Amino acid sequence: MRIPHPILGLRDQSEFVYLGDACLLERPDGMQADALQKMTEYAYQRDNCRGLHRELWFHEQGDRAWLVVTRNTVTHEIVKVEFANEVASHD
Amino acid sequence: MTNRFADAPGIDVAEPVHFQFDNRTYVGYLGDTLASALLANNVRLIGRSFKYHRPRGVFSDGSDEPNALVTVLREGHPEPNTRATEIELYDGLKAWSQNAWPSLRFDLLAVNDWLSKFLTAGFYYKTFMWPARFWEAVYEPMIRRAAGIGRLSDTPDPSVYDKGYLHPDVLVIGAGLAGLVCSLQLAKGGQRVLLVDEHARFGGRLLFSANAKLRPWLDALVEEVLKHPNIQRLIRTVVFGSYDHGVYGAITRNTEHQAADPGVLPKQTYWTISAGHTILATGALTRSIAFPNNDRPGIMTMSAIEAYAVYYGALKGSSVALFISHEEGRRTALRLHALGVNIKAVIDTRSEALPLTEFPYFTGSQVVNTSGRLGLTGIQVRSSDGTFQWINVDYLGISGGYNPTIQLTCHQGAKPKWDLSIEAFRAADNRPDDQRCIGGADGAFGLGDCWQSAIHAAEAILGQSLHLVNPFNESEPLALQSEYVIYGHGPTFVDMQNDVTIKDIQLSHQEGMSSVEHVKRYTTLGMATDQGKHSNVLGLAALAQATGQSIAETGTTLSRPPYTGVSIGALAGQYRDLDFKPTRLTPSHQAATARHASFVEVGNWLRAQWFPLPHEKYWRETVDREVIAVRRNVGVCDVTTLGKIDVQGEDAAAFLNHVYANGFLKLPVGKTRYGLMLREDGIVMDDGTAARLSETQFVVTTTTANAVPVYRHMEYVRQCLCPKMDVHLISTTEAWAQFAVAGPRSRELIARLVACDVSNEVFPFMACAETHLRNGIRARLFRISFSGELAFEIAVPTRVGNAFFEYLLEIGKDLEVTPYGTEALSVLRIEKGHAAGAELNGQTTAKQLGLERIVSQTKDSIGRVLAGRDALQNDTACLVGLQPVTSSDPLVAGAHLVGLGKPIDAAHDLGYVTSVAYSPHCQSMIGLAYLKEGASYRGKRIRAVSLLDHQDIEVDVVSPHFVDPDGERLRV
Repeated sequence: MRIPHPILGLRDQSEFVYLGDACLLERPDGMQADALQKMTEYAYQRDNCRGLHRELWFHEQGDRAWLVVTRNTVTHEIVKVEFANEVASHD
Repeated sequence: MTNRFADAPGIDVAEPVHFQFDNRTYVGYLGDTLASALLANNVRLIGRSFKYHRPRGVFSDGSDEPNALVTVLREGHPEPNTRATEIELYDGLKAWSQNAWPSLRFDLLAVNDWLSKFLTAGFYYKTFMWPARFWEAVYEPMIRRAAGIGRLSDTPDPSVYDKGYLHPDVLVIGAGLAGLVCSLQLAKGGQRVLLVDEHARFGGRLLFSANAKLRPWLDALVEEVLKHPNIQRLIRTVVFGSYDHGVYGAITRNTEHQAADPGVLPKQTYWTISAGHTILATGALTRSIAFPNNDRPGIMTMSAIEAYAVYYGALKGSSVALFISHEEGRRTALRLHALGVNIKAVIDTRSEALPLTEFPYFTGSQVVNTSGRLGLTGIQVRSSDGTFQWINVDYLGISGGYNPTIQLTCHQGAKPKWDLSIEAFRAADNRPDDQRCIGGADGAFGLGDCWQSAIHAAEAILGQSLHLVNPFNESEPLALQSEYVIYGHGPTFVDMQNDVTIKDIQLSHQEGMSSVEHVKRYTTLGMATDQGKHSNVLGLAALAQATGQSIAETGTTLSRPPYTGVSIGALAGQYRDLDFKPTRLTPSHQAATARHASFVEVGNWLRAQWFPLPHEKYWRETVDREVIAVRRNVGVCDVTTLGKIDVQGEDAAAFLNHVYANGFLKLPVGKTRYGLMLREDGIVMDDGTAARLSETQFVVTTTTANAVPVYRHMEYVRQCLCPKMDVHLISTTEAWAQFAVAGPRSRELIARLVACDVSNEVFPFMACAETHLRNGIRARLFRISFSGELAFEIAVPTRVGNAFFEYLLEIGKDLEVTPYGTEALSVLRIEKGHAAGAELNGQTTAKQLGLERIVSQTKDSIGRVLAGRDALQNDTACLVGLQPVTSSDPLVAGAHLVGLGKPIDAAHDLGYVTSVAYSPHCQSMIGLAYLKEGASYRGKRIRAVSLLDHQDIEVDVVSPHFVDPDGERLRV
């Protein structure tokens, strides 16, 4: 697989480390009353989707940017790559 | 020179080559393959089959060969299962047949052939079931001895392999007519083309063709391709796999065609090719027809007959019959006849075919049986009028159609579709759009169609019309009427490498395996090393006939990488033995080597384990001395391998406050604090220290093992969870050489080194400072301790690390300064009760470590919430110290804890020992352990049991702090 890095262009998958579903960006506030319930869902509940999937990749052997990669889990087609910090700032 | 036709283009008769097969010496010519040379020497019997040990010979002329597998000796290393059809002959080549004992001509296990009635599909599943205990003791060893083709060498592969990367605009796979034409047009259009081919020469099937008038045209085309600067060429290269996003894997055989290894090139190169477009010009393979006893040596594909007779000039003096079902077969028979090949008969399955007068031509006929125990002697023909007759022949060439070579189009999951118009499987449409098939691979079997499809592909990629005139205007229709299976008496093989017969397929259908995927696994059809290149379609046709479905309805299994076998050595490349992974050396490595240190691998690092003195005979002697030196005087240890992360920014403190479970907002400048890092699920991830060098700068340390994951995690928290914070991180692990200087006399030594005041008043426990050595070199000083003694850690730029280590040992001589290694470091921290890697094992909670109270409940840190869940809070295990009741008793890590007089089983398991060491302080072995209800066992006696080590000893449960439990020594 090759991932089109927003700045560095097409990079081989071996330069990256995979983490998981980009829903990790939406971390609940740990000080709220229902934090235990929400944090449990946040840490353990994932959709196992067929089709477009937003996921977090770390360009460890590169610029050390965390990326949100939108990948088709059926075809491995990558339709979008964004900087995770930009996505997270907009939320 | 009696055994070759004149003017064979593939060999140089002026260059005879001597080689050995099964210890007999033969002569071939430069350009021969082992297969062509053996055939020219009238050697047709080359091996024995997998299951029935039937005599087998050459079936094809390339990488699709199912039968002619041999073992080749190179550099003293036997390489099994090498295809004789691909081995280029060189002087001194030594090869042996396989799967036969005591000899190829007389093989004892050929008895299996007589038993073949019983050895059908599922035989092993059905037969070796009872009694159950016989499986491991009797059946499996017996089957294993008899199974397999060839024998692996048990010595390391002496050859050198390497890896490479290529990035062409267009990758063209196959340098036959289509590949050559397409590459040339693309190159002329400005594309950077990578053209690869399995063979040593470009030209594909045209090289082997009996159509001699094409040869000048081909030579001119090849010459133009070879000269074009935009075309990079790889010969002897097989593209074995297609991967996501235009990535292909290929292997080049650099040296195997030569006698001596020139020592410059690796034996094979493993290429990773990233291409903008990929053209599969991989051609098509002649499809066989299955009939009774269709596996005798001398029976092969029609294309192979053509290649051996025309290109290699072999088969002179032999009689040849062809068994065909299309017009190209008829034309080939005529051309071979014109070249002087003794065509004894042509059996054409088509009733409407026009007979020829040059040789006996049977229309509407079939081959229904063959004779010849160790090689073909005759074929039985059933004529259209129903009469049978035997014809004596040495060779039979078969072609029942063509299968496009489309395996590479399947590797991303696109299943080929049966195309009625070509009576073959074609690549599916749902494959990657950057991948195109041309020529035979696209079902364009005629020269004109083949040329046209190559031009179309070039035009599509270039985005322009080329306006070229097709040089092949003669229409040569194929007029194919596919024939797959001729039913009759005798074993009828579809998969020769795995010995799968028509009967096996029918049987598996009778037993309920109706899906092609089931039949494949039950019969092992197409599962041999040739991956069913010749067998799959025949097997599907047989299944279709058994089920009454069409081949299209039956479908096909999916081909997976690799297209041909890949050596494990090629996958490893240079990354083997000591080069398997990088070796990281500590800054003081040179000084440690000079002191005869013993080294230990810690991840990629090599760390000094201990520093033996000449009179010390046993490692424990050395380690005990180093431990005592630290407790009494002062020791120095290289701790550079611990991860160091520089954290800077206005929000640095707030960031650490979020990452660590304990508080960091109020840490004053010039102070260091222990930091406990949790995962979001509440389990301990790592621990370390954070030193505040200024309001906006911290230096964080991690354990050696977690330096990379912790940095990754901190970047994740920074970028993904705290994107608005003003904070930046950088790993400085390799920038600073850091040394622990530990022991009661450490202050005295440190004071001689640095310019600043290190008195207890000015520089107390947990102080930190940026400072300078007395000679002006930058340094960082921390008053932290892993050993439990008064201690410092001092960091200097890595480039001066080795000299600094030497200097420390020099100026501390009067203080009896002692270098110590990781083993003493470990003993010291176990004596002090500090958790390390063995305790932070990914299952540990802060509570188990006794650190629950430092997890701040007044802030939102990673892992705080889930650390509080019941499952973790109700776990009563905690870290305790253990000391054997009998001081000479050994204690082992991994031992389980059991109550006195309790049975040794899971229900009575109280916990386990994580770390052990011999403690010079306690004068016995000591250990750290996680113990259920640990607090209530303090002062009590339990057992440490290791069934693996045959140990069951009584131990006292004590505080994990064996040395200075109140921490007074740290603070003096």
